Amino acid sequence: MQTRPILAANDALGRAPARGAAARAFRAAERALDRAFGPEANPLRQLGALAFHLFWIVAATGAYLYVFFDTSLAGAYESVEALTAGQWWAGGVMRSVHRYASDAFVLVMLVHLARELAHGRFRGFRWFSWLSGVPLLWLAVAAGVTGYWLVWDELALFLAVATAEWFGWLPGFGAALVRNFLFAEAVSDRFFSLVVFLHIGVPLMLLLGMWVHIQRITRPQTRPEPALGWGTLATLVILSLVRPAVSGAPADLAAAPESVPLDWFYLAGFPLVYEWSPGALWIASGAGTLLLAMLPWLALARRPPAARVDLAQCNGCGRCFADCPYGAVVMAPRTDGKPHGTQALVLPDLCASCGICVGACPSSTPFRRAETLTTGIDLPQLPIGELRARLDDALARLSGEAKVVVFGCDCAADVRSLAGPGVAALSLPCAGMAPPAFLEYALRGGADGVLVTGCPPHDCEYRFGARWTAERLAGGREPRLRANVPQERLCVRWAAAEDLAALGHELAGLRATLALAPAEAGVAPARLRREPETGNG
Amino acid sequence: MGNAVRYLGQGIAYALFAVVVGYFATSPPYRYLGPDEGLLRLSFKHPGKVKADCRRRTPEELARLQPQFRTEMDCPRERSPVRVRVELDERLLYDDVFPPAGLSRDGASSGYRRLPIGAGTHTLRVQVNDDVRVAGFNFERAARVDVKPGQVVLIDFNPEQGGVIIR
Repeated sequence: MQTRPILAANDALGRAPARGAAARAFRAAERALDRAFGPEANPLRQLGALAFHLFWIVAATGAYLYVFFDTSLAGAYESVEALTAGQWWAGGVMRSVHRYASDAFVLVMLVHLARELAHGRFRGFRWFSWLSGVPLLWLAVAAGVTGYWLVWDELALFLAVATAEWFGWLPGFGAALVRNFLFAEAVSDRFFSLVVFLHIGVPLMLLLGMWVHIQRITRPQTRPEPALGWGTLATLVILSLVRPAVSGAPADLAAAPESVPLDWFYLAGFPLVYEWSPGALWIASGAGTLLLAMLPWLALARRPPAARVDLAQCNGCGRCFADCPYGAVVMAPRTDGKPHGTQALVLPDLCASCGICVGACPSSTPFRRAETLTTGIDLPQLPIGELRARLDDALARLSGEAKVVVFGCDCAADVRSLAGPGVAALSLPCAGMAPPAFLEYALRGGADGVLVTGCPPHDCEYRFGARWTAERLAGGREPRLRANVPQERLCVRWAAAEDLAALGHELAGLRATLALAPAEAGVAPARLRREPETGNG
Repeated sequence: MGNAVRYLGQGIAYALFAVVVGYFATSPPYRYLGPDEGLLRLSFKHPGKVKADCRRRTPEELARLQPQFRTEMDCPRERSPVRVRVELDERLLYDDVFPPAGLSRDGASSGYRRLPIGAGTHTLRVQVNDDVRVAGFNFERAARVDVKPGQVVLIDFNPEQGGVIIR
């Protein structure tokens, strides 16, 4: 007997994992790095945290360099040289780590951008995080370029002139801007004071932008796993010793170098000032920035309705507030006169419609008697009552030995393909939507076992779906799976889209084990009951 | 996967990371000029002469003005654009007109051009006109310049320092 897939409608909401070539390439790289680093320290899964880590390395090394830097025309170059050669073991290493960590910051930022783009994580409720990330590209480049100016070697002069030529195209700056770098008398100590101010001020703005960038996620990870953090720092130090950063010849305003050793992470746009024209570069960079910024609205996807609160079922316990990965649920003063102090309030613009809040709500128990089951916070497109009805239907259709109900996730391995006469497959927006009581309900309703699956914890589409589910089933998080549920009849196996075959093997193994296990060891179907309506749990 | 293989994998990943960062931090170099080229730069900032002289307003004109604007002399603010013509070895490089800045066209004209030129000895001729009331050019300088590879030849204009400056 074929089980009816529960969330066929959700495919139209764009929840299925991205399947483009770029997404497949990233998934392949992520899985390869999973094997080397482990999922918890996989650099591709910690790009944001790595960026913060690199920022602090740059800040710390920069603070050391600033102590010795001479902010004068005569002293800037010499002071950098003294750092590089005179104390190579400290200042030289610091300078090199400062540069390479800055480069790595841009590299990590670009990979982060490409990965989120490939996985389609830029539209819908994620628009704010995407949009707030776009200015960071400009701020990072500005921070890097001003750093190169400080060295005041031939590359610095090239950049200063190129920057002036580029900005000189803009109305308000004018062609005279470049004159600041054509005559020896035009460059003064004040220039270096200004550049130091910019080189400290712009990174501070960058840090502020990074803080804004993560405002719409709860529990943002801004520190990588220690092993990854130390490994990255050690790599940068080794690179600095093997290939130390050095200055070019001192800036000479009467000379133009034949070639310059460009740092392509920061300075890739500068050759275009000459290969195209300043105006063409402004148009291209402006259009590119605009395109990036508009991407969430250009790549249209139907946005599923936000979660809704049913005040009659909400006791203001705050579990949905605690579990929401995007801060879309806040606790507000009660408006219905009930004695509970607060009530949940959904901010629709922030809501991912993942259903993790539904799984967190203590009212989301199928054992209640009400014919129309409702809960404190629910998804309009898949209300908890509908979920119970579908589970009842699936349980009624199960036949044969070792009957198993699979609770899966639309963003991971497609569990619907596992459905068969003895297997019912329920695909939810996120594994975190499955309240633990539903697992017990399935066992009491005739299933011999339950398999819970979804995105792997470090690759969860909605960040905490797998983690919260695992903690709820292990009894470490509310709502907990009751202790009398036989653990041997439960199986939790996280499986990404590519892991379907392995999940199938896991299911077959579970069924083989269940076939050998005596039925009475489980939760007897006769004990299936719906508890009297008790309000809001 | 055994620990040794895991650490090997991590080592390869860190090494790849270091190679990418280390290489693109300085390489490949950007070739700014040809191996046997210098750079000619024209840059100036100069307010052209006012386009018209002051004139005395007639009593009728004064009467039509608001009281606070009734000044006897009418001095137009608009300045002449600056025209610059550059020849290198009797070949025309530029003949451009740079308008004055400002909504009322009463600011300084500024201009910037850059052009790689071959190393060697060249004859440079620069002509400037900063007054629309003068036909042709009111400033001119010609010079022989010996350009070395990577050398910058700068053309500036400052009437207080003699007009066209070549350095």
